[in-house]
Amino acid sequence: MSSDWPHVQLHVVTGKGGTGKSTVAAALALGLASHGKNVLLCEVEGRQGVARMFDVDPLPYAETRIATGLRMRSRSGADAAPGNVYALHIAPEEALLEYLKMYYKLGPAGRALDRFGVTEFATTIAPGVRDVLLTGKLFEAVQRNSRNKGARTYDAVVLDAPPTGRITSFLNVSESVAGLAKVGPIKNQADTMMTLFRSRRTAVHLVTLLEEMPVQETADGISELRAAGLPVGGVIVNQVRPRDLPDESLSAALAGDLDSEEIAEDLKRAGVEPDPGLVAALTEEAKEYAERRALEDTQRELVAGLGVPTYELDRTAGGIDIGGLYELAAELKDQGLA
Amino acid sequence: MTSHPRVGPLAAHADHTHALEVDRLLDDRDTHIIVCCGSGGVGKTTTSAALALRAAERGRKVVVLTIDPARRLAQSMGIAQLDNTPRPVPDVGPGRLDAMMLDMKRTFDEVVESQASPEKAQQILNNQFYIALSSSFAGTQEYMAMEKLGQLYRDSFAHNGGSGDYDLIVVDTPPSRSALDFLDAPERLSSFLDGRFLRLMLAPTKGPVRLMSAGISIVTNALKKVLGGQMLTDLQTFVTALDTVFGGFRQRAQETYALLQADETAFLVIAAPEPDALREAAYFVERLSGDRMPLQGLVINRATLPDEAALTAAAAGAASERLPDAPLTAGLLRLHADRALLVERQEQLRERFAVAHPHVPTAVVPALPGDVHDLDGLREIGRLLAGE
Repeated sequence: MSSDWPHVQLHVVTGKGGTGKSTVAAALALGLASHGKNVLLCEVEGRQGVARMFDVDPLPYAETRIATGLRMRSRSGADAAPGNVYALHIAPEEALLEYLKMYYKLGPAGRALDRFGVTEFATTIAPGVRDVLLTGKLFEAVQRNSRNKGARTYDAVVLDAPPTGRITSFLNVSESVAGLAKVGPIKNQADTMMTLFRSRRTAVHLVTLLEEMPVQETADGISELRAAGLPVGGVIVNQVRPRDLPDESLSAALAGDLDSEEIAEDLKRAGVEPDPGLVAALTEEAKEYAERRALEDTQRELVAGLGVPTYELDRTAGGIDIGGLYELAAELKDQGLA
Repeated sequence: MTSHPRVGPLAAHADHTHALEVDRLLDDRDTHIIVCCGSGGVGKTTTSAALALRAAERGRKVVVLTIDPARRLAQSMGIAQLDNTPRPVPDVGPGRLDAMMLDMKRTFDEVVESQASPEKAQQILNNQFYIALSSSFAGTQEYMAMEKLGQLYRDSFAHNGGSGDYDLIVVDTPPSRSALDFLDAPERLSSFLDGRFLRLMLAPTKGPVRLMSAGISIVTNALKKVLGGQMLTDLQTFVTALDTVFGGFRQRAQETYALLQADETAFLVIAAPEPDALREAAYFVERLSGDRMPLQGLVINRATLPDEAALTAAAAGAASERLPDAPLTAGLLRLHADRALLVERQEQLRERFAVAHPHVPTAVVPALPGDVHDLDGLREIGRLLAGE
């Protein structure tokens, strides 16, 4: 299937804590890097989560190749050569120094700034500046210009972004500097960045689980993004329970009305000793599962009512390794997010 | 995998975990503060509320301070809106429970008002930099959480000369980027106040007497170039105005830090049985002991625990494949295989954590099929926390 987001150069992936947004961001980067495309995966929260997922050394403040993109079979049956995924760990301190070097030839004054605690002030204490530095570097990576000589250009940039509760203020850089700078160079740069973030070259995707709190937070996040004029992308429903039980058995499972004798017979045929304890435990598990499924279905309807394209990824009981990331990437490609 | 240096040798299935005795902690009248910390999305806020409710129903006078704007939690406690003032939770006894949510800006304003003359305070409150700082600064939330905690403690504890309204504060910490930012807040503030940056900002930029050293003028010129002249002037006005009240800020932050280290405080680290959440938890545990903070235990939420079905994942998976004509039973077996795999993986994660941190008492709270909607839901979590 072709991508639902052909114009998007900047994919921002957010989500409530614990929903797996970093995993989805990584899988999306792999999926986008098929067919010879080069993709940059950025992280901004200093966790080095990308390095851990891809099992590589902690990332420096430099674009580093970490993986080969998803390999796809083309129609002719031959392998389409995949592209590469690069990763960048954006640290505010280094972003500030790089920015100063790129835009202002400060010479020794640049180093003096650090000695006088200006870097520390800007990156940890000054309001909003930290976010502006992080988004500034992101902007630069999407929209490379001649100031960054010899830098690689990417077909797409994926951001493993701050959580849903913070995403709008994070991207809304004009707003965060508005109170501080009414005119001047910082104001101008923030405005330029906003034209990219508000354009259809950007999409903010939200990762959720089929549980009440994450779904509620996703709905709130979408309203906030829309109110700020930021482009909402898709909703990725993560860790969907496998549909192991036939739909027609769910209500019986919920009511505890499954036929124990039939189950015992079947177990025997399959070579499992059907002692009553086992049958009781299995039906209890089925009841819990059916209860969860009913809740999931309610939440799924709410997600469908959000009015944005949705994508679903199955839960893997064994956890996610690199192979698992490629599987998720293929799923996302298949469903049209990548 | 080479990235888990902390995992020690797996001693053959020795039981490394001590149970966390939640009721003993709540009933101990010398426990005055319980701090719940952990990464985002592990159920920290719910755990804090459940602990606070249980303590109140065991006779304590409790206030729970949450950081998250969790509407659902407010509803589940029968309160329309949580704000900066403690509100009583109805139908709780024999003790009492009040709930409140941190209002960062309001708390910051109160600090300024209490520390500066009315005139000076107004000047600060109107400054553009202050407005941005008090509502959006990444570290403000951590610092203000500390401030509010200190305030509550000073005002309401009888043994401390307060009103006697409360004898236990349960606090939920901000979902920080770096886990324990709130512990760093006082020191960061101090180093900023003692730092060169402040002196740089306080140095006069113009006037008949130029007192600046050459280094300072290089830096201010560079700043002017980058920020623009107006913004630099605003910043200097702001720093000058705040300078007069900073002394009080620092002292109180340090007092609260000392309070956190005291025996009357108990830290609980909250986690979920996932590698990332437990890695964060390990970091918390090490950081807390490094700072000599009284860590009382680990809570693992949303666990999948073994049940009566004595069938391995592999056996269940294999059996399900032998039943192509019995979709229900095959489905039950797949369901069980999936569950057994999850149980196994979570047990391994917990065991590894326990091997690496053998002295951390742990409470494991099983995942509930539904979400929490009311006080009864919170009571249920409380019972599970206490191991009932």
